[in-house]
Amino acid sequence: MKSILTTGLAAIVLAAVTAGPVLAQGTLQKVKDRGQLVCGVNTGIAGFSAPDDKGNWSGLDVDLCRAVAAAIFKDPAKVKFVPLTAKERFTALQSGEIDVLSRNTTWTMSRDTSAGMNFAGINYYDGQGFMVNKALGVKSAKELSGASICVQTGTTTELNVADYFRQQGMTYKPVVIEKLPETLAAYNAGRCDVFTSDASQLYATRLTLGSPADHIVLPEVISKEPLGPAVRQGDAQWGNIVRWVLFALINAEEFAITQENVDKMKDSTNPEVKRLLGSEGDFGKGVGLDSDWAYQAIKAVGNYGESFERNVGQGSRLKISRGQNALWRDGGLQYAPPIR
Amino acid sequence: MVKMHTARDGARHTVPARPRRGLRDLAYDPTTRGIVLQVLLVLALLALGAEIVSNALTNLEKQNIASGFGFLERTAGFDISQTLIDYANTSSYGRAFWVGLLNTLLVAGLGILISTVIGFVIGMARLSSNWLIARLAGVYVEILRNIPPLLMLFAIYFAVLKSLPLPRDSLTLPLSSYLNVRGLTIPKPIWLDGIGIVVAALVASVIAALALKGWAARRRAATGHGFPAVGIGLALVAAAPAIAWVMTGFPVAFDMPQMGRFNVTGGLTLLPEFVALLVGLSLYTAAFIAEIVRAGIAGVAKGQKEAAAALGLSRRQAMRLVVVPQAMRIIIPPLTNQYLNLTKNSSLAVAIGYPDLVHVFAGTVLNQTSQAIEVIAITMAVYLLLSVVTSLLMNWFNARMALVER
Repeated sequence: MKSILTTGLAAIVLAAVTAGPVLAQGTLQKVKDRGQLVCGVNTGIAGFSAPDDKGNWSGLDVDLCRAVAAAIFKDPAKVKFVPLTAKERFTALQSGEIDVLSRNTTWTMSRDTSAGMNFAGINYYDGQGFMVNKALGVKSAKELSGASICVQTGTTTELNVADYFRQQGMTYKPVVIEKLPETLAAYNAGRCDVFTSDASQLYATRLTLGSPADHIVLPEVISKEPLGPAVRQGDAQWGNIVRWVLFALINAEEFAITQENVDKMKDSTNPEVKRLLGSEGDFGKGVGLDSDWAYQAIKAVGNYGESFERNVGQGSRLKISRGQNALWRDGGLQYAPPIR
Repeated sequence: MVKMHTARDGARHTVPARPRRGLRDLAYDPTTRGIVLQVLLVLALLALGAEIVSNALTNLEKQNIASGFGFLERTAGFDISQTLIDYANTSSYGRAFWVGLLNTLLVAGLGILISTVIGFVIGMARLSSNWLIARLAGVYVEILRNIPPLLMLFAIYFAVLKSLPLPRDSLTLPLSSYLNVRGLTIPKPIWLDGIGIVVAALVASVIAALALKGWAARRRAATGHGFPAVGIGLALVAAAPAIAWVMTGFPVAFDMPQMGRFNVTGGLTLLPEFVALLVGLSLYTAAFIAEIVRAGIAGVAKGQKEAAAALGLSRRQAMRLVVVPQAMRIIIPPLTNQYLNLTKNSSLAVAIGYPDLVHVFAGTVLNQTSQAIEVIAITMAVYLLLSVVTSLLMNWFNARMALVER
């Protein structure tokens, strides 16, 4: 409550007083002057953005911020992470409190057009699913009529559930709670039969429950949830930086450039690799950065595939398969335009 | 109030009335100068406000953020777990606002009642001559007012959830009621034709009983003759609606709860979130009210009690007729603050999933529409209005209880 009112007030004051200057000066220049990138992330969701016991953030969304910081400062450590709840996130971006929102946020039309922000790409293709306790004996979401459903407030999830049940002609009882830990605790205590969220979150949160094996994720995926980083509207250069850093990571995977071999790859004879790593042409200029911008980003976090496997894939506890997030040539949806 | 009057009158008297006053005199006239300065200040504030609004609008437009209140008409698309008025996910955001507001009013209103009762009991207990009771009350106050209310809500909410059985093992209570972790489900009364007559009979009998009590008090004051007004009044209030009830042929049906696949379906459910919030807020605020009550009673001069005893009043009578009426004058003003606090603290509901105004409107609606300024402005205006109304009511009550100066 306090936080939302504070954020609201901050939004009013900032929108009223400082929005002008923020726009007048480019975000890139502002970030450079400040000496660090301010990145809005999730308050804690394993694999996407979560702090460890020493306060170091890691995750797929966090890696993107580090890559952007590396592209700008040649130092992936120059990021300040601002943990945000689902309902604080847009206000924080609109008001200029953060430079980029990398917080498993679904790209929707209204958010992209009338909420003062633009999405820079998709770093995770997700979809909404349902998790239930095995003991209920439910095999399909179609059997859920009459169930109580725990959902976190301020998400597209809340609306998708309503749509899905209305479409199926089923009823349900919502239990809507502000923060993920309390939502999960309520689910765990049996307050609701179902916990619903993006499938990636379901897998991540299942690990935090007492005995993960007691819970299953139902096969139905009821929505498209393309998750990606967002920036403020009205600063095309800044949007380009975030977009192309993401594309650079995806392209790097395509050319098999890894965190380890990136130095060697600089001498590659492949012109596409040369252009990406800045040994040929000067593509950094177009986004206001040095020519080694992509090299720095890849050096910092590895290519998209590496980042994926390390944070949510086989190298992590989540063990999520690449699925839709594989490169297009491997049957997935990740596809980055060429650098030329 | 009294002091202010004299001060103002005094100021007025110091201005000597002169037959002719030039502009120069006018400029040195304290009254004129005061008025001019205040008008200028108000104008400056208005200009500042207008500047902020126009600047915000310009910047919102520049940033391509939607503005205006048109969103209130649009379809909400989400569901709410507790609705006092008809609401479905096809209703508008405006309707969702009213649902949230009513939920806030419900929990705040009941919270005020319960915390007042508990607060008065604990406050009196702290002054009890019984050592154990006084100490227990002291422990209650010290513990509860030193715990942050949010923490208390979490503790109560999860304690409630942990201690209640899962839906499959629901406790079956009399009258086809069920108690489980999803709440207490009771048969839902469905009012049929004729219920209006019963309600009318109830209202009429209450009014008649109050009038009777007033008449009895006046007669007692005038003649000294007693009259059993309380007993007859109670009988009236009980009998009239009952007769109407029978004559209209029991105009009520019940929607009985039944065990469904996941949970009890049908009936009227008391949500655990609501109970946790109500209990948490009431217990927390009661600790402060108890201190206010104790201070109020302790603030009545000892001589009053002694005088009452000298007149032959029992301790109970002395408390009821002499001490409490005087203590109320000390108690009411700070009590207002606690009522306002409770109302505002009810917005902590969002943390435990009770759909109050902040949860529904400043939470979900704000997020779906991204119109932070409008939504927060409306929400703040509502809380301001609630606070002002509470204050006005309490001021009126205070004026009634205040010492009548002759």
